[in-house]
Amino acid sequence: MSQGIAFYAIFFAAIFTNNILLTNYLGMCSFLAVSREVSTSVGLGSAVIFVMTATSVLNWLAYRYILVPLDMIYLRYIVFIVIIAAFVQLVEMIIERVSEKLYSSLGIFLPLITVNCAILGVSLFMVIRNYTFVSSLFYGLGSGIGWAIAIVTMAGIRQKMVRSRVPRGLAGAGITLIIAGIMALAFMGFSGMINIT
Amino acid sequence: MEAFKIKRVFSDDLGANNPVFAQVLGICSTLAVTNVMKNTIVMCAGLIFVTGLSNFTVSLLRAYMPSRIRMMVETLIIASYVIIVDIILKAYLPDISRQLGPYVGLIITNCIIMGRAEAFALSNPPGLSFIDGAASGLGYSYVLIAIAFFRELLGSGSIWGYPVLGDWWTNWSIMVMAPGAFFMLAIFIWIVKGVLEKETGGEKK
Repeated sequence: MSQGIAFYAIFFAAIFTNNILLTNYLGMCSFLAVSREVSTSVGLGSAVIFVMTATSVLNWLAYRYILVPLDMIYLRYIVFIVIIAAFVQLVEMIIERVSEKLYSSLGIFLPLITVNCAILGVSLFMVIRNYTFVSSLFYGLGSGIGWAIAIVTMAGIRQKMVRSRVPRGLAGAGITLIIAGIMALAFMGFSGMINIT
Repeated sequence: MEAFKIKRVFSDDLGANNPVFAQVLGICSTLAVTNVMKNTIVMCAGLIFVTGLSNFTVSLLRAYMPSRIRMMVETLIIASYVIIVDIILKAYLPDISRQLGPYVGLIITNCIIMGRAEAFALSNPPGLSFIDGAASGLGYSYVLIAIAFFRELLGSGSIWGYPVLGDWWTNWSIMVMAPGAFFMLAIFIWIVKGVLEKETGGEKK
């Protein structure tokens, strides 16, 4: 079924029409928690892009060449999550080496990438939709970019919003969700251009 | 003493410390299935099963887990229970299993389960941990079921698949699409926070 869709179509669809955050609600936890400052969210966004692309490729290989031949598809959750966890550990070590400042600002959120639903979600969608190797690569990359765009935009809006008056019960999570809803509405404007299901 | 503790854990997880309102945790995987009530309830049942039992297991093993790799161990425990749920759903409810698609597997990454394992199960006995896990799952479920109720009612004019609103009702198709869930959850959080603030005398926490 994926043979009919070109990989660039999948790439753009993953960013805009089927944004992993705004249409599939994946990766909400870190989206709500880390979207207070643009600089931090850019850091997390780039980490997610990297991890998502790499893990979707690794998971595709593991699925196609280990799990399917051995007829152990039901173990895919465990295998995927272990690969993702190992990979996040690697990213953590790299960031620690490269930028002390980024490392301290991301703090505890980096290990949380492991339990970021979006990362596992991309791998599961890719398996369910029977993507080819190239398609998976671009699907992972596109989803990561889409997620990063969403969180950076949100952080920008929230930074501006610090000064505005928000009803008390709505402050914090409530208003963030409403903004996310409006963003989802805006992204729905892209739907119809390309559609993958 | 024991009974008192259980009661406190229960009311804490259902009320003031509800994972969805107080901590806004774990809405990721389950929010996606709240457009139809039937799917939501199946998903929530699976979630309660997993939170309860994984809390229980983590608590049982807590003395033997090296703290460096405990996250990994916890994830593996959770993943095993999710596989059980997945297989059961495939066997007995194949239609719903197909509709839920990847979201059943995504229970693994639901932050609530990990959060309860880290915050509660690591420092409490197995029995109490099981109750805490189940109560957290329950507290989370009733919020999502309420959201699903309104989304299905407003979005497709039906409850549990039966049309109730009749022909005069124009479906708010926005409700069954993505933005509806965000708005609905925000409104719920608003209402509940308002009520909680009144109870505590308008004090800021």
